[in-house]
Amino acid sequence: MKKLSSAKLNEFFAAIAASRALYLPVDNSRGKAEYKKWEAGVEMSRALNTVRSAKDFFFPQTENLMEFKMEGKKVEVVDTRSEAEDFVIFGVRACDAASFKILDSVYLTDPVDSYYKTRREHGVVVTLACGKPAETCFCGVFGIDAANPEGDVTAWETEGGLMLRANTEKGEALLEATAALLEEGDEAAVQAAQAKTREILKKLPLSDLSTEGLGVGKTAELFDRPEWKTLSEACLGCGTCTFVCPTCQCYDVRDFDTGNGIKRFRCWDSCMYSDFTLMAHGNSRNSQVERFRQRFMHKLVYYPDRSGGTFGCVGCGRCLSRCPISMNIVKVMKTMGGKN
Amino acid sequence: MQEMMKKRATELLADGTCDRVLGWAVGDFVYDQTPALFRTEEELQKGFVYNGFSAANLSKYLVKECRAGGKIAVFLKPCDTYSFNQLMAEHRIKREMIYVIGIACDGKADVEKLKEQGIDGITDIKESGDSYVVSTIYGDKTVKKAEVLAERCVACKSRKHMVYDELIGEEGEVIADSGRFDMVEKLEAMTPDERYLFWRGELSRCIRCNACRNVCPACTCEQCIFDNPRSGVSQKAAANSFEENMFHIIRAFHVAGRCTDCGECSRVCPENIPLHLLNRKFIKDVNTFYGDYQAGEDPAAKPPLGRYEKNDIEPGEAGGVKA
Amino acid sequence: MQDVKEFRPKIVAFCCNWCSYAGADLAGSSRLAYPADVKIIRVPCSCRVNPLFILRAFQRGADGVIMAGCHPGDCHYTSGNYFARRRMTLLFSMLDYLGIERERTRVEWISAAEGAKFSKTMNEFAATVAALGENKRLEDLRCKK
Repeated sequence: MKKLSSAKLNEFFAAIAASRALYLPVDNSRGKAEYKKWEAGVEMSRALNTVRSAKDFFFPQTENLMEFKMEGKKVEVVDTRSEAEDFVIFGVRACDAASFKILDSVYLTDPVDSYYKTRREHGVVVTLACGKPAETCFCGVFGIDAANPEGDVTAWETEGGLMLRANTEKGEALLEATAALLEEGDEAAVQAAQAKTREILKKLPLSDLSTEGLGVGKTAELFDRPEWKTLSEACLGCGTCTFVCPTCQCYDVRDFDTGNGIKRFRCWDSCMYSDFTLMAHGNSRNSQVERFRQRFMHKLVYYPDRSGGTFGCVGCGRCLSRCPISMNIVKVMKTMGGKN
Repeated sequence: MQEMMKKRATELLADGTCDRVLGWAVGDFVYDQTPALFRTEEELQKGFVYNGFSAANLSKYLVKECRAGGKIAVFLKPCDTYSFNQLMAEHRIKREMIYVIGIACDGKADVEKLKEQGIDGITDIKESGDSYVVSTIYGDKTVKKAEVLAERCVACKSRKHMVYDELIGEEGEVIADSGRFDMVEKLEAMTPDERYLFWRGELSRCIRCNACRNVCPACTCEQCIFDNPRSGVSQKAAANSFEENMFHIIRAFHVAGRCTDCGECSRVCPENIPLHLLNRKFIKDVNTFYGDYQAGEDPAAKPPLGRYEKNDIEPGEAGGVKA
Repeated sequence: MQDVKEFRPKIVAFCCNWCSYAGADLAGSSRLAYPADVKIIRVPCSCRVNPLFILRAFQRGADGVIMAGCHPGDCHYTSGNYFARRRMTLLFSMLDYLGIERERTRVEWISAAEGAKFSKTMNEFAATVAALGENKRLEDLRCKK
């Protein structure tokens, strides 16, 4: 356990930023937190979490895959990838840190997504335990401990400074590189901070949310439930929930004609969109009920089926606060699971 | 108010005026309400809610509901009735299928403003005169309603219903000096460089989730041009600054002269982009160049882009905001 | 020493078939010069010009976009240019509102008999856009070579 006194926080950031890019949550002009590159003068946000999730670092919204150049009948395929940057993300919360494992299970299993893998290898994740979780938080439901997040390094806010614990080799290397600024930390301070957070977690309105009736093997039981229709009745079919979601991992591959060549790129896609499953023969999901069901069945049934029971949701609560019509996974879980 | 509405809805269901009622359903924290259809008294008793957080404009749902047949009763706030009229004007809804219950509104609260005041861990919210009493896991807190009034309600243009079959609550007036163009004027007074930086700062946050489009009561195309792979502009991705600009310019243009300024786009934007400032620019320009026009005021009025005058202003002379 | 290349703006001109396109023809047959950087796109009527066309032109590398049509009152289809005028008025005002240089867009009414006006307008517009320099505010980097 290491300790970084508050007075040295900026020095610590500067030390990291000297050798690689450092990203951390910063308040934007609307007072909402978003990840920004650190430079002298940039202040870390006090917000609980960022509007967009941290998945952007490994799975960006848009990404060029390759280019085609044509000359006469000759087509040249160009790999446009440049040297990947080494970077550190600071201040990732437990929910987002847990989402990386879900993304890993999709992108790092065969066939491995080399774009994603490169970013993962070059990134160091420093997590920050939550001090004041919100009413929309329910990570605990999925076995995630907001007071003890994973990541290469875990940080806790305690009186007088940050407590830091390295969890991986990458994390140890990071703390070693900044060792001059750190002192030995006290385990007890962390435990006190954790106890405080856990006390709050217990009181949160969604702490008693249950996954009963959901998960492995529930497809047949849940698929044809009539409640899907009423739940999805007001759904606008926008992509907000999927785009702010840290675990949504679907993308579309498209070609962009630049007028002097073709750029093949991928971008996030949303199962809520009408053209999500559009194929040559047409579309297999023609109504919003089907699309809506797909999203929640994926998170709550299909993904657990394939991952040995792990749910595809980390309880970050972003969809709860961002959905234009306030229809969200909690309402779905309450309706479809539990004692209903 | 909520009880009166519930009672009326129950009566309307019972006497056959309608077979379903479009309203708001209660969520987990009072402020997270979902538009919903209520078909029975039991459903109304269990889930119907109306309070300072019932913000959603329900008029757009009528497009879908009119196709489903039957008769629908709907609760509309004054600003929602403008959208209703506009949908009527564009033949998107059928008047005879809808029973409109106008409801008085003194502005809706924005839960984000509540949270900006440092209120966390909300478990319940109750109205008490001109204040909200917010229960949180850290104890109760009281805030003045005016302090957490949604941005669009601060510059409310009208408390008068443009259409209704019956009214619950008191009818209000059109507010001439709403000040809703203040920010547009402020932007116009800036230099182009300043304006450019302002909009880059705002639009660069766009994640192309399409919430603004999908919630918009004026956006009722069967297939949006941005969803048509053959249009060449169907990219879902906010690939770069051009895409962001194009999407928002074209979207604002497509609703120019039809946008009633209900403010739903800005309300739903997950990145809090002030999209209404684009629409209000068009509204203000239309007013300046072609005479005052309020979409949704009169369903029989001809839209400003569907008519012309021989001596209309030339593009080169218009809006002369000089560098 | 590196050669400093003179900046030559790319200009897209949407010309209505009945008046302005014929005006361009007349300019040509009268041997009146206009910059070769003006690329003409013929449209059946100025009213055919969708705001998206204007943006698309900028996306694909135009530094200035001009729309030319029949004089108000002379539209081949009676009233197309009146509608186009309203649309472009609002669109250009919006571009300006977003901080995009107002001088990059222009509307001019040029009849089939006005070869000289066509040439003069294009020369003027090209000079204005050249003075503004490259279009940076409404560019699409993907389309740059």
